[in-house]
Amino acid sequence: METSQALKNTDAAQILEINFGPQHPSTHGVFRMTVQLEGEKICGLKPVFGYLHRNHEQIAENLPYAAIMAYTDRLDYVNALANNFGYAITIEKLAGLEVPERAEYVRVIMAELARVVNHITVIGFMLNDLGAFFTPLLYAFRERERILDLFEEITGSRLMNNFFRFGGVKRDLTGANLAAIQKIVSKFPAFLKEFEDLLTKNEILCMRCQNIGILSAETATNAGLTGPVLRASGVNYDIRKVDSYSIYDRFDFKIPLGKKGDVYDRYYVRILEIRESLKILDQALAKIPQGEIMNKKALPFLKMPRNFKPPVGEAYGRVESPKGELGFYVVSDGTPQPWRYHVRAPSLINLTILEEMCLGQKIADAIVTLGSIDIVLGETDR
Amino acid sequence: MNVFGWGVFKGMVVTFKNFATSYFRKPDEGGIFTVQYPEERGREIENFRNFPFLVYDETPEKLRCVACGICERECPTKCIHIEMETDAAGKPARKPAVFDIDYGLCMNCGMCEEVCPFDSIFMDHAFEVTAPERSEGLIRHKKELSKSNGYFQKIRPALASAVDQKRKAAEEKKRATVPPPATQEPK
Repeated sequence: METSQALKNTDAAQILEINFGPQHPSTHGVFRMTVQLEGEKICGLKPVFGYLHRNHEQIAENLPYAAIMAYTDRLDYVNALANNFGYAITIEKLAGLEVPERAEYVRVIMAELARVVNHITVIGFMLNDLGAFFTPLLYAFRERERILDLFEEITGSRLMNNFFRFGGVKRDLTGANLAAIQKIVSKFPAFLKEFEDLLTKNEILCMRCQNIGILSAETATNAGLTGPVLRASGVNYDIRKVDSYSIYDRFDFKIPLGKKGDVYDRYYVRILEIRESLKILDQALAKIPQGEIMNKKALPFLKMPRNFKPPVGEAYGRVESPKGELGFYVVSDGTPQPWRYHVRAPSLINLTILEEMCLGQKIADAIVTLGSIDIVLGETDR
Repeated sequence: MNVFGWGVFKGMVVTFKNFATSYFRKPDEGGIFTVQYPEERGREIENFRNFPFLVYDETPEKLRCVACGICERECPTKCIHIEMETDAAGKPARKPAVFDIDYGLCMNCGMCEEVCPFDSIFMDHAFEVTAPERSEGLIRHKKELSKSNGYFQKIRPALASAVDQKRKAAEEKKRATVPPPATQEPK
């Protein structure tokens, strides 16, 4: 901000202020940024959001707890399962519900598949912004389609899954489902290798991405960033390890870290994270036990959601969504509806640091930087 | 290899390989997988859920729905509207006189299907619900929503047979516990 102010005062005539969006294809939805340009150089950038505000929190405060689950799908619509996961564990914390063993495994398997879907999608779209027009995106979508077909088979919907319930999951994974997941998991490394052959060492990609949009570890931590954007800056912070919610402490996986915190690191951290997710999936598929998928105590509430009244109190539940720390804060006053419901959306908080990343760079780089943060406007604006 | 341009070359090899192999590989293995809708149709997935419909057993008059209004109350978007039928004396007839679903509001979450205690509302597979006029077909009435059990069996065989079995068992149990009232001899 200071830089832009100083420049504005000295040579105001030289500065051109333009609006990117809200309907620009590079802004990933209805997002606007006001960019101040000096020639081609960015000397100020202000993100403006709120175009997709749908009153999510207020709507939720007027709904029974179970009905909110369907609305959480619409937060981050690229990976609805992570949102379901976050909301479910918050309410379980609030009501003190246990989750059966098998349901925990089903949850982890679904959430990790959603992470794979999210990461390949965002890499594809980031490269679209870069000008690698649709070739990487189509390869990514080809693989994504297989997983989405599987989601449709298991949950009933490709994107708006609405799959988790308090104390379990909606439907059990059949043997055929598990075999299909195993097939996808075993085939995925071959695709990743192909994807990396296409991109990782590509000189054009390296030139456009390396040393662009650098974010130091200190700035990233101070701004409260989470997720791959923070880890690309070299900060080892992953809620799956820090909190080890659900059963993540039982799996052996690493947290990939970047060095410089530029756009290339953010791309590469995501590729590595897909590999780690596949590792978790492999272990989960090998270890998944037989048993119940719903807590017996929670079963009656499936038929009578309005009878579900958590005790008076508050709870904050968080999960490592593919975009960062997704948190739900719910206050209960003993009625069937939450008294207060708040979402800590990772996209929104990651977006606030956009100006720091873009200052002093060319305008074309700002678009790639925005793409590398991985925002979904459904979650940002809620 | 550290020759400048080698990475680009390797990428080109990948795209060329994808282009060439797409002609003779199977759709599942990376071949061309375009489906020429509407002449061809993709595989139907049983669990797929779209807008809800009402099941009737033999004739459209014999709807399973008893107009209890649970789905109406639990629907997150409040897109269901039910009015119970009354007979001439004004007594409720345990049948819906009006059953409307607002397709503009429904978000296909499947909550109604889950809460229904009478196995009467289920999620459909019909996705071709467009109309030539903008406001046409937004609100679906009872007549369009009622579909036979045969149709339900066709689109979701596993679930439908499970539901049928459950209903049959419940009926038998009911018959066993409550003996039918003795028929009066005609005078």
